[in-house]
Amino acid sequence: MTLARELQQSFAAIVRQDVLRAWRRRGQVLAGLLFFVIACSLYPLAIGPDVQQLRSLAPGMLWVAALLASMLSVTRLFAREFADGSLDQLLLSPHPLAWLVLAKVCAHWLTSGLPLLVLTPLLAQQYGLPLASSMALAASLLIGTPVLSLVGAVGAALTLGVRGGAVLLCILVLPLCAPVLVFGAAAGAAADAGQGMAAELSLLGACLALSLLLCPLATAAGLRIAAE
Amino acid sequence: MSLAGGCHEHASEQGPKFGARGLGVQRGGRAVLEGIDFALDPGELLELRGPNGSGKSSLLRVLCALMPPAAGELRWRGEPVRAGDARFQRASAYLGHADGIDADLGVAENLHFAARLAGQEASAAQVDAALSQVGLAGAGPLAVRSLSQGQRRRIALARLALRRCDLWLLDEPHSGLDAQAATQFDGLLRAHLDGGGIAVVATHHALDLQGRTLRLDA
Amino acid sequence: MERTWSTQREGDGRVPGWLAYASPARFDPLAARLAPWFLGAAAVLACAGLYVGFVLAPTDAQQGEVYRIIFIHVPAAWMSMFIYLLMAMYGALALVLHTRLSSMMASALAPTGALFTVLALVTGALWGEPTWGTWWVWDARLTSELLLLFLYLGFMALEAAIDDPRRAERACALLALVGAINVPVIYFSVRWWNTLHQGASVSLTAAPSMASVMLAGMLLMALACWMYTIGVALVRVRVILRERGMLPGRRA
Repeated sequence: MTLARELQQSFAAIVRQDVLRAWRRRGQVLAGLLFFVIACSLYPLAIGPDVQQLRSLAPGMLWVAALLASMLSVTRLFAREFADGSLDQLLLSPHPLAWLVLAKVCAHWLTSGLPLLVLTPLLAQQYGLPLASSMALAASLLIGTPVLSLVGAVGAALTLGVRGGAVLLCILVLPLCAPVLVFGAAAGAAADAGQGMAAELSLLGACLALSLLLCPLATAAGLRIAAE
Repeated sequence: MSLAGGCHEHASEQGPKFGARGLGVQRGGRAVLEGIDFALDPGELLELRGPNGSGKSSLLRVLCALMPPAAGELRWRGEPVRAGDARFQRASAYLGHADGIDADLGVAENLHFAARLAGQEASAAQVDAALSQVGLAGAGPLAVRSLSQGQRRRIALARLALRRCDLWLLDEPHSGLDAQAATQFDGLLRAHLDGGGIAVVATHHALDLQGRTLRLDA
Repeated sequence: MERTWSTQREGDGRVPGWLAYASPARFDPLAARLAPWFLGAAAVLACAGLYVGFVLAPTDAQQGEVYRIIFIHVPAAWMSMFIYLLMAMYGALALVLHTRLSSMMASALAPTGALFTVLALVTGALWGEPTWGTWWVWDARLTSELLLLFLYLGFMALEAAIDDPRRAERACALLALVGAINVPVIYFSVRWWNTLHQGASVSLTAAPSMASVMLAGMLLMALACWMYTIGVALVRVRVILRERGMLPGRRA
């Protein structure tokens, strides 16, 4: 087998295994989505039912809820491997660890980020956001949630097996995700105001490119440190 | 039966294949072992013996490059070994205390995954053959969740049989195995050594095989 | 056998002169000798800087005496960012060279960096209240400082949470490096966000035009902070060395 084919096989194997496992333990995935739904419903309860106000706040609030939901779900990225010893087997693979990490993050996004995206237009109705604007918001989430998964993976690797890991992960990763939050919410707001969101989307795209380049490497380094 | 793209290479060089010189091992920031030296040729077995806490597991993790040594160096086929060294990792297999088996998947699924992760392709027949060698013939479609601790350990051993590598690094392979399974594993190990493989095994059990012993008393 | 630092490289015995000080046993007495000098210099420079800032510098026409807080606010903000970059540099050294002393220096610098960040935030609030009427202003610099404070606190939290000292050091080194790459991104995004939402109306960076006296005062204070940082870091790293048992026993 050529190296390219081997890499393709291992990538596909990891994605397949993780998606299969997420399907077999759907409860966990659905719980994360339910958290997103509940969080989105809390803001109107707290702020009041004024539709105009809610509409202007919608992109920001949906983005914050997506960010928090993403943080909660990323804690389980490597937890199982660490617990049952599979992490060692991952580290001992002859393929680059960063590549395998990318596969894991990809699978994680498919099972947590993508469903969030799908729910967003529905939840945006609670805020009185018209369909076109909510689709634009979903587009910003499409580019932004992979970045959240990638940066979250770095935090997950650093806090593997540490007590109080979930809260610690949030503390470490949330400040690093601030730029994505800023650009993403601005994109949604610009779309709702009728302006183009090309600038914001390209900034989000730049964040995605940068994190695709750097985060798998950082996560791989973090995993090696955790396994020492 | 070796896998397509398997990792057997002809031992054409002279000199020890796997060796350590002045190896030091740390655990939790403290030195546990110092000055470990050994050199192993194809077909040789090294047993690591010592009481609990003497550093057997830590030494094995250093030997498979999961942990960098505190001092000294490791050599495989004359070249020093570093973390992430693909050449070394294709040729070696590690079995730790934990099985490294995914409880949410099936038995055969686990073995196929392990093969792909190691850059190899395993056919269903090869997976079945590996399972038969550890006494789990026909267990392919079963869910790991339904198996006992000893059976899960055997799946991890089947992973070794499937990959057919030159170097085995095993941490207490007998743990959880009944007498029959232990005998089957000894046969597996003997076949590996006879085929020119090297094995470093940390064990409390006396292995019924000719080999050198490294005592790690505190 | 003396436990000294170790590297992965083949021991050839000869290392460059400065790298020899990466050995805790050699670094400790050097740090002990140097620390008082730095702290003394910091005290002298601080007195000079405060004198220039609070006595010599003229009163500003628009903001009155309140603007003098800039002599603490700006140097503190500079130091908070500079220290983070230093931590990242030490983190990179620790990861590449596998020296424990580098990561201990990063750990020693973190509390001081957090302190300067808090100082910048507090002085920013003290400046904002009389000038703009609110204790907190979402201007670009203050918001960046706030996020930087979270990065510092995260670093310290991670270090405290991991039991194994060696793993804690390496994890924190990686975190510092990742954060440092992120700091320019955060700063840019906050500035962008600020101009998007508020325009140029409210800004603490709109300082009065700099007379040379004011500049001299700020530079003196910056130098004082720098000397203080070095002195305190040297003291702290000696404590950390002892805590982690890196020194080869008590000398008779």
